[in-house]
Amino acid sequence: MMSEGSSFMKGMALGGLFCLVMTYFETFNPGTHSEGHLHLHHHLKPLSKEELQKLSEGQMSALTQQVGVYCLIMVTPKLLVHWATANDTWSKHCDKSVFYTSESSKALEAFDLQEQDEWARMRKAIKHAFENAGELRWFFLARPTTFAIIENLKYLVLDKDSSQPFYIGHTEKSGELDYVEYDSGIVLSYEAVRRLIEIFKDEDKCPERGNALWKMPEEKQLATCLKYSGVFAENGEDAQGKGLFNKKSVSSMISDSMGQNPADVVEACCPDMAITFGGMSPSQMQVLMYGVYRLRPYGHDFHDSLTFLPPKDSDND
Amino acid sequence: MRKLKRSILFLSGVAVSVLLSITYSHVLRTLTPPFAMHARNTYTVRHTAENRRAAIDLSQKVRVLCWVMTQPQNLEFRTRHVRDTWGKRCNIVLYMSSKESDFPTVRLNVSEGRSQLYWKTIRAFQHIHKHHLDDADWFLKADDDTFVVLENLRYSLSEHNTEEPLYFGRRFVPFVAQGYMSGGAGYVLSKEALRRFVKGFADGLCTHDTEIEDVGLGRCMETMKVKMGDSRDVLGRQTFHPYPPDYYLLRQLPRPRPWYLVYDHYDPVEVSFRVN
Repeated sequence: MMSEGSSFMKGMALGGLFCLVMTYFETFNPGTHSEGHLHLHHHLKPLSKEELQKLSEGQMSALTQQVGVYCLIMVTPKLLVHWATANDTWSKHCDKSVFYTSESSKALEAFDLQEQDEWARMRKAIKHAFENAGELRWFFLARPTTFAIIENLKYLVLDKDSSQPFYIGHTEKSGELDYVEYDSGIVLSYEAVRRLIEIFKDEDKCPERGNALWKMPEEKQLATCLKYSGVFAENGEDAQGKGLFNKKSVSSMISDSMGQNPADVVEACCPDMAITFGGMSPSQMQVLMYGVYRLRPYGHDFHDSLTFLPPKDSDND
Repeated sequence: MRKLKRSILFLSGVAVSVLLSITYSHVLRTLTPPFAMHARNTYTVRHTAENRRAAIDLSQKVRVLCWVMTQPQNLEFRTRHVRDTWGKRCNIVLYMSSKESDFPTVRLNVSEGRSQLYWKTIRAFQHIHKHHLDDADWFLKADDDTFVVLENLRYSLSEHNTEEPLYFGRRFVPFVAQGYMSGGAGYVLSKEALRRFVKGFADGLCTHDTEIEDVGLGRCMETMKVKMGDSRDVLGRQTFHPYPPDYYLLRQLPRPRPWYLVYDHYDPVEVSFRVN
């Protein structure tokens, strides 16, 4: 009886030891206890307040310094006034901003890609940006008709590893393809761009001139090429699930909210940490710039946990 | 036979142990909350990293009574937005109309229309003087299409003495010798200024001599020796605006100057702007 019992006990002991060893190895394996982004397949949210508070001063400082944004702003001569406005306002908050144009034009100061085709232009701009990124690891692709709050973009990607592929914005579905809407801005991590440039070389999967018969808009071409590289679109949202990337203007969103939530218009409308708004006129953008960065109610102290310092040598607000 | 039995027991020991461990870790994982995927925070908790202490303290020291000039047909589509937004930041807010209602509106003994605006202003201030003189320190008039940042108003009034006859707003030059404050931009009367306005009408020194309310009030202020305040900030920038922000947030002022810039008492500060 004793010896039988002890055999069983020995078995138990061995089994237990085996499991202990397994869990020991598991904790050192980064893949299994991933920080959630692998689970959040289509929804990408910023760090929560609780997580933020757990970071040390040193960690916060390191994160804020690492998150550099290269803005690629695609202009055409007819968007001259929007170019001037973006140049004068939000683009100054990018660590580096470059305007790419289809052709040169008087008064328009931009990098001339000499390319009329939108998709070909986007490819060229992305290649140029990647080659000139320097230390920057995040790319924001937009048109000057979009207004962006770069600090909120930085907050969204703060804890995301740029050596992982990220393709973020307002996602839409076209058949089987999930793509990020161009009008509300496209965010790409360094790794996503690296893979993209690799697949640019593949004329079958990612043709330069697109499909001649049936022209796909460049936002979908981009999504297709990225998909072939294993990069999938993710919807940027806040903790409540409100979309941070918008192709509508603030007034348009407020109007919608007045119809849908008349009792609670502002609260139900737009997220506090919104990143983009679209469809705004140049003067509306100047007003929004004033509203976001300058107008302050006396006596309200917004003590954010992080500060994103202005880029070196910038004269931003 | 015994050896087999022992082996079986040994193996079942291993199996039991492994199963227990797996079950234990599984239970542990399901108990710990998943990575905040769909945290449903309530709407009411807003700007939690915001400290409003200074603003709240100031609102108790510098009490502002706001009266909003409105009319019955504007309540649903316009005035309600005043009420939902900045209206509730006044210490007291009164919506002045020709009819009483559950909005709530105060009924003034006037009829509606542009020609009645100065009568409305007179009756409104008389009502406030009669019922609310001690409830506030400063008295703001606004339209139902005016937006006011109350905190900034209090801040700028905080250094002034409400027992002095003072009046603040966007100072315009024409029609009145000392000028008058634009009605569209909103204007504020000190307690003494309010007393003098009401007294002026009571004593017949001020009369309804125009339909244009801002000019009329300005004239009465001059008659009753109420001083024109300067509402500009330390850098000389205006704080009251008769039109929306996009009329003023310009890199270059339009030429020829529109009337609302020509009327200004203070010259705008222009910084030359070069386009390369």
